[in-house]
Amino acid sequence: MPQIDLLLASLPDGILLGFVYGLAAMGLALIWGVMNVINLSHGPIITLGMFGTFFLFTRADTNPYLGLIPIAALGLLLGILIYIVAVHRVINAPHLSSLLATFSVNMIIIGLGTALLTTSPYNVDFTLPAIKIGSTTLLGTRLVAALVSILFTGGLYLFLYRARPGKYIRAVANNRAAAELMGIDSTRILALSFGLGTMLAAVSGALIATFFPFNILSGGGYELKSFVISVLGGLGNPIGALFGGLILGTLEGIIPAFLETSWVPVIEFSLFVMILLIRPSGLFGAKS
Amino acid sequence: MSASSSQPASAPLSPKRSDVQTGVLGTWRNPGIWLILLAIVVVGVWPVVTQRAATREVIFTVLLSVVLASSLNIILGYTGYVSFGHIVFFGLGGYVGMYLLSAQQASLWVAIPVGGLAAALLAFLLGKAILRLRGAYFALATIGVNEAMRTFINNFEPFGGPTGISLNLKIYQEYGGAAQALWLTYYLLVVFALGAIILSFMVKTSKFGLGLVAIREDEDAAEVMGVITPNAKTWAYVLSAILPGMVGVLFYFKNGNVEPGDAFRLHFSIELLVMVMLGGFGTVLGPVIGAAGYQRLRGFLLTSPLFKDIQLAVAGVLLLVIILFIPAGAVGWLRNRFPVLRRVLP
Repeated sequence: MPQIDLLLASLPDGILLGFVYGLAAMGLALIWGVMNVINLSHGPIITLGMFGTFFLFTRADTNPYLGLIPIAALGLLLGILIYIVAVHRVINAPHLSSLLATFSVNMIIIGLGTALLTTSPYNVDFTLPAIKIGSTTLLGTRLVAALVSILFTGGLYLFLYRARPGKYIRAVANNRAAAELMGIDSTRILALSFGLGTMLAAVSGALIATFFPFNILSGGGYELKSFVISVLGGLGNPIGALFGGLILGTLEGIIPAFLETSWVPVIEFSLFVMILLIRPSGLFGAKS
Repeated sequence: MSASSSQPASAPLSPKRSDVQTGVLGTWRNPGIWLILLAIVVVGVWPVVTQRAATREVIFTVLLSVVLASSLNIILGYTGYVSFGHIVFFGLGGYVGMYLLSAQQASLWVAIPVGGLAAALLAFLLGKAILRLRGAYFALATIGVNEAMRTFINNFEPFGGPTGISLNLKIYQEYGGAAQALWLTYYLLVVFALGAIILSFMVKTSKFGLGLVAIREDEDAAEVMGVITPNAKTWAYVLSAILPGMVGVLFYFKNGNVEPGDAFRLHFSIELLVMVMLGGFGTVLGPVIGAAGYQRLRGFLLTSPLFKDIQLAVAGVLLLVIILFIPAGAVGWLRNRFPVLRRVLP
């Protein structure tokens, strides 16, 4: 049974990747859920996270996982900055305005990035010992990346449901006007949510950089994956995004055993449109 | 809204509306539309007079954008549905046309209308399905459709898979050689640009267009007022797809080859949105001004020694400034600032 062997080789890999995809999508879903903004600068921020790992690792010799801390902090600050400069003025405008405002941030980051870093590929030369079980090999970097993703998801869950600012975020997401009447400074909370969303994107990029080569444009592909995942998990449901990521990762692990790899995106995007049509609230429900 | 009006569907939706005019020529008495058409004719004839290929290429790009942006404006500006993957119609039309030209030895005169029909058919089927989604969900779905189409054609052998379709140079001999064929595509594009503007104006000033604007302002209210919204939206989508499908054939016929990555480039789709926003969405003139302005600006940034490397970033900053401070676009701003212009700027 060659297919079973292929499946055993590719499925665990896909699932591990799924956690990281899920982490990226969580950032997108959080921003959508709190302020109904589709963040089109999501992809370039993932790319910035990748370059964060690259520079910290090659120039400063930092362990990529230790480097996550400054990358997360910078991602948070960058997101707050983007919110203040680009998003705040259009937060109540029609969707087109916020889509184009975040897209202009996308253009600015890609434009500057292309000028400074060119579009040639970069690679972080970092490996961890792999674990072998039968015909299955689990790459160390992917295993750790999946664990980090789970940790971040848990952290986000605790933050949203236990910490005070997290509860404010949920309140603002639920009903901004009512939250303001309760004395919550909604502008601050929106900026914080945007910052958290970009932080998650940057961290996922930093993790992806430890096992895939990348260039300044790589984020675009992960941005599209994030759309698919957030719709799978329910737009606006950050925790559901992790499950969406797992579904996508599983698909990416299963399909190559039966079809050519180039069919994977066809199935992903068709699924994406189908789910939007049949169940726009996502497989795991979310606010409607 | 007053319930006593005898014509509920054409009741004034906002005090700003003054587009519906009556008289001998009806809405065609508006001088603005004639000025736009005249401007397109003058710009279109210019390279024919000077016989310079370089000028022709610049104007070709601008007019192509005019057709695409004006078409997008029908669904985006009038109806208020953000079609993010509108380039799918351009790409699909181009692919169908190129397939007919190369594999079926069809003539360009067959390929162009069939390309348009293919795009219209896709829009009709999609319209039945995804136009039910509102707001950002629709925008996301159009991105998904574009990406699904791109990745599907990448695997679709009759359309050449990842390498796409290339035309044999012999095909151009039917049209008087490659140089003549370039001029032919140019003349046709000028006609299409005029057609796109006329279509946009006709939709805007018709009762159908008024229904679309009603949908944009408040879809539920429009439904109550008697606009059959699913049909109106679907036809608006079809009308916005047909010309992109036709100029897609024209463009790739001129280009000589078509590839999935080029034909369904999401970035170009977003550039079209930018053009409509720059000029002013929901107006006839806006997409024309926006397309010309955007392409000229891009040309300037690409050739300027100072901005060449960071042209994308500069364009991004400009876009952000416009979105934040002039959200109505150039024409919308003029119309709001000088109300007298509302009568003449369609």
